[in-house]
Amino acid sequence: MTPDLLAALQAAQVAKRPVALLTRLSDGQQCLWPETALPGALAEAAERALREDAAANVTLDGEAWFVHPHNPPLRLIVVGAVHIAQALVPMAQTIGFAVTVVDPRRAWATADRFPGITLIHEWTDDAMLALAPDARTAVVTLTHDPKLDDPALDIALRSEAFYIGALGSRRTHAKRVARLAEAGHGEAAMARIHAPVGLDIAAVTAPEIALSILAEIVAARRGAALARRAAPHATSAAAA
Amino acid sequence: MSDSEDVLATAASWRAAGETVALATVVETWGSSPRPAGSRLAVSASGRLAGSVSGGCIEGAVADAAKQTMQTGAPQLLDFGISDERAWEVGLACGGKLKVFVEKLA
Repeated sequence: MTPDLLAALQAAQVAKRPVALLTRLSDGQQCLWPETALPGALAEAAERALREDAAANVTLDGEAWFVHPHNPPLRLIVVGAVHIAQALVPMAQTIGFAVTVVDPRRAWATADRFPGITLIHEWTDDAMLALAPDARTAVVTLTHDPKLDDPALDIALRSEAFYIGALGSRRTHAKRVARLAEAGHGEAAMARIHAPVGLDIAAVTAPEIALSILAEIVAARRGAALARRAAPHATSAAAA
Repeated sequence: MSDSEDVLATAASWRAAGETVALATVVETWGSSPRPAGSRLAVSASGRLAGSVSGGCIEGAVADAAKQTMQTGAPQLLDFGISDERAWEVGLACGGKLKVFVEKLA
């Protein structure tokens, strides 16, 4: 790889622009797509690799090419700068997520509590509209306050977010579903909300709950076949 | 930042510090290979390693090949698998097979 190509690849990553790196395996010749115009079959393979976020091998005119997608990081929007968020944010960063914390309550969303993290103090619906969740975004609401959680969920449900989770017990969630129904959301939309949030690992502490949420996000991302939460766990703080 | 990006940034910083660097990338896997295609390992002439192309089974052999590529400048396509005597030597205990592309950063 030439230093120029590496610099171009890194520039695309900084600009959060998806690019595919194509390598001819016989001699190591390389180029970036879409920066470089490519023969149809290679351009199609590059486009597909980016869309599916999976590397691929293509043969063109008897030459083997490796097609390596470089997508911007997945995003995680955390609504509620609460204690669980303080555990969730660094763990999500380790997994590779670009994390944004939304909370209009300035006492909670401080640089002290979330060093180096993008904090948004707008009201949650305005923040969510600006952030525009897409198919590479996960959204978790943690405020426990319908005034803050509901508007965020309303926008999330109108987006293609690949994961939507909401903290709160089954009872809390039943009330939430009733409110969201009044806002015009149907059953299919409601079924997208993971609530009570997180895999049922009987989590108690904030970091344990964060772990259960992240595990559920990864499972959603990778299409893992998981049983939905069974009976409520008496000791689960996530269900509190 | 994905782990693959991290490896590129590390490789770039080594090179900026005047080191010779090679990059190894998993380009194809079969069976139970621990790291998917696209996984990267950066190797420096002084022997520093960043990232991974397996669970640690073949990194030594890949680093040897990387040092060769640093000297010749010629890329290599390495094959590891249970039918490969060298891989048997370095022990791909998972029973997987994979191809690794090694190139100089130059």
